[in-house]
Amino acid sequence: MSSPEKQLRMVKRADIVVEKAVEQLRASGQLERRDFLRLGTAALGSVLLSACNSQGPKWADRWLKTAEKNNEKVERWLFSHTHINKGSPNAYVAGSKFPSYFISDTVPMWDYAKSPWTLEIGGAVKNPMRLNMTELMSVRSKRQRVDHFCVEGWTAVAILTGAPMSEIARIVQPTSDAQYVDFVSFDKGYHESWDIESALHPQTMIAYAKEDVLLSPAYGAPARVHSPVKLGYKNTKYLTQIMFMPKRNGGYWSDIGYEWYGGT
Amino acid sequence: MTSPAAIPAENVGIKTKHTKARHHPVVRITHWVSALALVIMAGSGLRIFNASPAFARKGEHVWFWPWEGTPVPDYLTFGAWLGGARHWHFAMMWLLVANGLVYIGFLFLHGEWRTLRPVRGDIRDAIEMAKFYLHLRPVHPHQGKHNALQKITYVVMILCGIMAVTTGIAIWKPVSLGWLTNLMGGYALARWWHFLAMLILALLTFAHVIMVFAVDPYAIRAMTTGGYDEDRSSPEARNARPFEHLLPAHPEQSAAPESVK
Repeated sequence: MSSPEKQLRMVKRADIVVEKAVEQLRASGQLERRDFLRLGTAALGSVLLSACNSQGPKWADRWLKTAEKNNEKVERWLFSHTHINKGSPNAYVAGSKFPSYFISDTVPMWDYAKSPWTLEIGGAVKNPMRLNMTELMSVRSKRQRVDHFCVEGWTAVAILTGAPMSEIARIVQPTSDAQYVDFVSFDKGYHESWDIESALHPQTMIAYAKEDVLLSPAYGAPARVHSPVKLGYKNTKYLTQIMFMPKRNGGYWSDIGYEWYGGT
Repeated sequence: MTSPAAIPAENVGIKTKHTKARHHPVVRITHWVSALALVIMAGSGLRIFNASPAFARKGEHVWFWPWEGTPVPDYLTFGAWLGGARHWHFAMMWLLVANGLVYIGFLFLHGEWRTLRPVRGDIRDAIEMAKFYLHLRPVHPHQGKHNALQKITYVVMILCGIMAVTTGIAIWKPVSLGWLTNLMGGYALARWWHFLAMLILALLTFAHVIMVFAVDPYAIRAMTTGGYDEDRSSPEARNARPFEHLLPAHPEQSAAPESVK
């Protein structure tokens, strides 16, 4: 409809009109102090409301963006491949209590009748390739019991088996300008891009089994990204593509307004 | 009527010139900055909490929180949605920490910590204060800068602030700073400690604000412009209980003997 600037101009104009009317009333002696205060409060309220978007006043947006950028610097400084998550000790493996979600209207399922599922790995790499499930499973695999940290605040312990991203990178050989990795899915175009350091953390993997059972469609079959170093929403499920890139490429939730970095 | 017995005879009618404010400007500024930061941290924190208002790991249960799954009312939250609240929380945390460091640093560099230092007898004095508030004792106990109940409250608030920050860091970076998270019993428990620190802070802040208005409204001036007449306005001088004796003691009204005037 109308741009924020236009809205602001309209509010300002409305305030001028209100002010003039109040001035006239006061001059003619028809306005008592009490009414003036009431009108003033209403006018102030309208200004405050128009200056607010859904998450707070507009002037705060820039400040919040700056904080996010600096927080990412701090987080990347704290990040290390030697920080290993062991999955909370004494915790139960969530199993079927592990929540699942997807953005399509129904559970996304690969249509094997149309074509076999493959995982395309490309972009800034020396050996781009396309792996089918058998080939993905032949990559030296890893089985790990880890925490899953959701942005909402819940955690769940899971045992995941898959091909570590570091192994995959060893095979495809990213070039020196590959600074980011985009994980793309067939769930309505869901994707999330990562910094390469997090993507190559020893616990970041392309998982195809959970608690030693092949992933079910609810958990992202046939394969998904999983790592304890990123919040759940960065871990793309229903994976089809891994693109190494010189620049970051946003993501489904990052573009909606969650932090792009989403690290733990 | 002001009870004459409330005013220590040696204080009546003696005018002291106050050249020093009750609170140093650093204390006054950090007080209001932390008020703002805490309100926004609590509001945005509760909005984040509402995204998953439970403490148990998936597939587990907790015994310490009977309201698992119940969100807090929207009007207590800030940030409008989970993403917005997270941005506010992770921005405001820097202000909270910086402000807290300035305040605690000042306490130690300026010797102000002496007015808050827990000492033997604080518990006894706190009981005396409570007895006074409950009309079980007629005269306000003698106190230093703060009464014993205040002292304990302020010390616990500082400790809860430190706890809120450390537990917050533990759930912000549970892998990068996994040792800290493990120290607190893992992510799910650390999140509970974080919530608990907020809860205690919120309750004490609420009590603090009530008591300021009910017992010592003059403290508002002391905490803004700094002015405060210890001999007339302090709760001890007024022998003030909550909602009682809110007016400063007037020497003229007292039945003090002529010789003292």
